[in-house]
Amino acid sequence: MATVIVVTSGKGGVGKTTTSASFATGLAQRGYRTVVIDFDVGLRNLDLIMGCERRVVYDFINIINGEANLNQALIRDKRVENLHILPASQTRDKEALTKEGVERVLNELRQNFEYIVCDSPAGIERGALMALYFADEALVVTNPEVSSVRDSDRILGILASRSRRAEQGEAPVKEHLVLARYAPERADRGDMLSVEDVLEILGIPLLGVIPESPTVLQSSNAGVPVVLEDGSDAGAAYGDLVDRFLGKNLPHRFITTQKKGFLKRLFGGG
Amino acid sequence: MGLFDNIFRPSPNKSSAALAKERLQIIVAHERGNRRGSPDYLPALKKELLEVVRKYVPVDQSQIKVHLDREGGYEVLELNITLPDEEPQSRRGLEISRGNGQG
Repeated sequence: MATVIVVTSGKGGVGKTTTSASFATGLAQRGYRTVVIDFDVGLRNLDLIMGCERRVVYDFINIINGEANLNQALIRDKRVENLHILPASQTRDKEALTKEGVERVLNELRQNFEYIVCDSPAGIERGALMALYFADEALVVTNPEVSSVRDSDRILGILASRSRRAEQGEAPVKEHLVLARYAPERADRGDMLSVEDVLEILGIPLLGVIPESPTVLQSSNAGVPVVLEDGSDAGAAYGDLVDRFLGKNLPHRFITTQKKGFLKRLFGGG
Repeated sequence: MGLFDNIFRPSPNKSSAALAKERLQIIVAHERGNRRGSPDYLPALKKELLEVVRKYVPVDQSQIKVHLDREGGYEVLELNITLPDEEPQSRRGLEISRGNGQG
């Protein structure tokens, strides 16, 4: 029985694609057959973050329109076994993303995969609605910043009213908060919303906190999902997030200010 | 550092994060209220009202506006039906107010 997970946020630039890439890669690393789908028709970027942009031949819309079959379009990841990528179309418009078409492709993927990760575009237009419509679970990616939190709340409302589960009166989509770009020292100073603040406002369970880290940009420069950089804070945080999703009970790291030693305080910057 | 800050810098009234939280709590509560109030029964109400009006006057879907507002302890349901042109006064408004007993 495959699980469909949407990675969504409402606001753009908060880390949906970074999270989708690392979440899917982490699931596959742990042995689960996983596919990650880019729903951002016209602005595809997941291929670039996953480092497979030069291997795209067919895309999601080609499959929906019957111009290619799934085996032709799925890109097999070269680093991690069990991981496949289905890129978005760069040329078509998002009207091509029909509910029937998306459902047909998802049903076919369900035969071969345990986890189907849907990378949503920003906004609440068709692409975003289609990405969340068939979801069983949702990772809501939020930054500790007012516009991001507000948009996440809006997306939670849409998950609760316009998903297939809501429309059919089934059990609601299971929601998880992913708080990305967190800087504990700024939260301590009162310059940034804290983990507790965001949790209190959104009221959904916390799956992971991803610290602000230069490694995220470096790994996207290189086309390597940051979860593979497990020596870095952000990579380790994504690893923990995946383990928690799979049921491990791990404490949250990177949410308190690291204590600095005397010398570091003296010589190392703030 | 932290200690010196606390002693020498006059502490601002409120941190910017506390301000952010307060603003978010207000706007999010407001927007959640709107979500709960409108989508449930308003579309069905609108459809049925339209059917009733149509028994007497030919109006179309776009000619009826239903709007629900909350003000203090009561809700205002506003219906605005634009009747066709042969009437001398083509626009008639109907307003129904009801208390809902909560603050």
